[in-house]
Amino acid sequence: MTAAFPDLEARVGRIAGRWAHDPARLLQVLREVQEDCGYVPPRALMLVARDLRLSYSRVAGVASFYSFLYTEPRGSYRVLFSDNITDRMQGSEALLDAMCRRLWAEPGKVSGDGLVSVGRTSCIGMCDQGPALLVNGRTIPALSDARVDVLCDLILGRVPLDDWPDELFTVNDNVRRADILLGQTLQPGDPVRAARDPLATLEEIKRSNLRGRGGAGFTTGLKWEACRNATGPARHVVCNADEGEPGTFKDRVLLASYADLVFDGMTVAAYAVGASQGLLYLRGEYRFLLEHLQDVLERRRAAHLLGTGIGGRPGFDFDIQVHVGAGSYVCGEESALIESLEGKRGVPRNRPPYPVTNGYLQQPTIVNNVETLCAAALIAVHGGDWYRGIGTLKSSGTKILSVSGDVERPGLYEYPFGVPVREVLEDSGASGAQAVQISGPSGACIDASEFDRRIAFEDLPTAGAFTVFDGSRDMFEVARNFAHFFAHESCGFCTPCRVGTAMLAATMDKIHDGNGTQHELEEMSRLNRVLNSSAHCGLGHTACNPILDTLKRFRPAYERKLRSLDFAPAFDLDGALARARQMTGRDDAGAHLEPHP
Amino acid sequence: MNEWPSFLLDGEEVPFRPGQTVLQAALAAGRYIPHLCYHPEFTPHGSCKVCTARVNGRTVASCTTTAEAAIEVESNTEELNDLRRTLVQMLFAEGNHFCPSCEKSGNCGLQALGYDLGVMTAGFRHLFPERPVDASHPEIWLDFNRCILCELCARASRDVDGKNVFALGGRGLDKHLIVNAESGRLADTDVAVGDKAVDVCPVGVILRKRVGFAVPIGRRRYDLSPISAQARADAPRTPEK
Repeated sequence: MTAAFPDLEARVGRIAGRWAHDPARLLQVLREVQEDCGYVPPRALMLVARDLRLSYSRVAGVASFYSFLYTEPRGSYRVLFSDNITDRMQGSEALLDAMCRRLWAEPGKVSGDGLVSVGRTSCIGMCDQGPALLVNGRTIPALSDARVDVLCDLILGRVPLDDWPDELFTVNDNVRRADILLGQTLQPGDPVRAARDPLATLEEIKRSNLRGRGGAGFTTGLKWEACRNATGPARHVVCNADEGEPGTFKDRVLLASYADLVFDGMTVAAYAVGASQGLLYLRGEYRFLLEHLQDVLERRRAAHLLGTGIGGRPGFDFDIQVHVGAGSYVCGEESALIESLEGKRGVPRNRPPYPVTNGYLQQPTIVNNVETLCAAALIAVHGGDWYRGIGTLKSSGTKILSVSGDVERPGLYEYPFGVPVREVLEDSGASGAQAVQISGPSGACIDASEFDRRIAFEDLPTAGAFTVFDGSRDMFEVARNFAHFFAHESCGFCTPCRVGTAMLAATMDKIHDGNGTQHELEEMSRLNRVLNSSAHCGLGHTACNPILDTLKRFRPAYERKLRSLDFAPAFDLDGALARARQMTGRDDAGAHLEPHP
Repeated sequence: MNEWPSFLLDGEEVPFRPGQTVLQAALAAGRYIPHLCYHPEFTPHGSCKVCTARVNGRTVASCTTTAEAAIEVESNTEELNDLRRTLVQMLFAEGNHFCPSCEKSGNCGLQALGYDLGVMTAGFRHLFPERPVDASHPEIWLDFNRCILCELCARASRDVDGKNVFALGGRGLDKHLIVNAESGRLADTDVAVGDKAVDVCPVGVILRKRVGFAVPIGRRRYDLSPISAQARADAPRTPEK
């Protein structure tokens, strides 16, 4: 295939040059090579290694870590259906089948003519307007039979992606309930101008009692203070826009329509901690926002809101660079995110030391969620006391919820902390809900008896996902979808998560296939103990949550699938003949070992 | 009196030099915590999790947890040894391990740990992955079937040999060892028989050719005494202060 790119050396050279041949930009270089060539040819790995002065094995190791990077051709059109449970509830599987039939493609494989590949990927953050897919990294939401037909026509007609109708790519914000954040009316730069002194700004953030919106809820002021007090040649502000938790999409809207507020928050943070460099880590699934974000940054540079002597304050120098991920949920973990920013495999670090002292390039770094930084910008303007007056005692301010699933009006709902689950269900038009998944698969699944519980760090902490399931949904299938998600996203560093998540997914499949027994339920609780007590990071610690939560609350959904035996083998003798049936085109009774419907 | 600070390991005092991790201090004091991806000559990274212990009630990898005065460490408990047996079972289930025909049998850290911990059953459905061997190099061959992804060869090649012959590719269950050549073949790398990376593999992935079964099974390293005794005997001891 190298022959297809006779100028590969020049192409790689141009891209590496754009990134100043910096080895820490390896992931960005690989991503751009793929955008240029459609995949990363093996020869390009060698050229990138040479141009960035890295070993080939290091480059190949990084390229094979991220699921959006391909080292083999994947067709001119690379289609990935979002495979969150909400996409499935909206009919994604039938649409995928329909597309495969029309394009003569098999899921996960490249079509015989090399034109197209159709596969699945983890949640792409379009749950409020799914089913959705990515084609060559660009987002197309609101899929229907008619829209899939249009896509197939375009692909079969070999129409270049740039000439596809714009309306296919239209993504709506769906803001349903705005409070202090989504309803703010500040002008770009207002928060930066309001911050008159670094220590006073830090003091306001501490006074506000703002806690991280990424899920863990660490006190933002303490994080900033620890970074400010750490010594190092430079400090860094990192905005974590790797919104990978299935079911959440609030950061997508903040980045699309509140980008100035995000950057104001980063700039205020830089002022308070004394940082000179900002990095925004944009998840690969939100690649469609990159040009927009860069335009906003350019506008801010022109307005002296970035650069040297910001706001006429000598010595306040700060700029922001956007890095784009390439398909890896674990990179949302702050130390894995930093590894990825440094151009490495996204494997969580051993901690301590923590990023506030040993972060990006081992220098003091704060990593904050998009929503946290927006809140910090508001606090810089209105003060810590104002913010602290909203919400509950231990959870000040508001929380934006990404509401999706079985509701009439999916979208963003911003509430002061302390709102009962029931109120959110009523506002979003949920009828007959049997369960809500709070904060995605790594969070908690609650049933109808718990709908008076409240969204707050004191009760139900959340990073934002709020996925509703009505009585028609099989909660076992919900948990099975999440089990596969974790297995797919495990980085593979530690034994318990690498093997354990795969075994959990296989065990759920065995039950799904009708070969489950009491033994499988016991095995899953054993796997849970192993993951909980010995996994390297939060991904492994929480990978069992969906299964444990649903087992506890919806046990009949499991039990009606079990065989009443102590043990049944997973091996399916009749199933083993499936390939032979496919190859011979037979599906009659004689081609089966057991009676076939 | 000028003594090293100490912590409690299963109720007994273990002295440590500041900077040592719990596992390093334990080994230096002649105590044993089961481990697999840890090697005294390399910075611990904590991937296999076999050395998991309870430190002040929290389960952590003891190889990467810095020793502190007066902490209480539990290691030799039924709960933790059961966890370790499960982790060893996972490693066996993940790869293709045929001990009776393996050149490394008797010298293999995974096998020895299995015996020492009393792993009596397979525990999990084995995954039987497809992992072709690489016999391209004239003096060294690679049998990836036995890889436990401890990354010792990668660390040795990078930190000691300065070559980056080995690295990790893929992710999750697809994580695998790769070599530093566009062809993907060991023969096209600058690996040499004398490299630390060739010597450090605890299982039977990186093997020298033409030395098979030079020492008969039954007289090999872990045939003579269990891995726990050997780890204690080999560990560098903390000098008296």
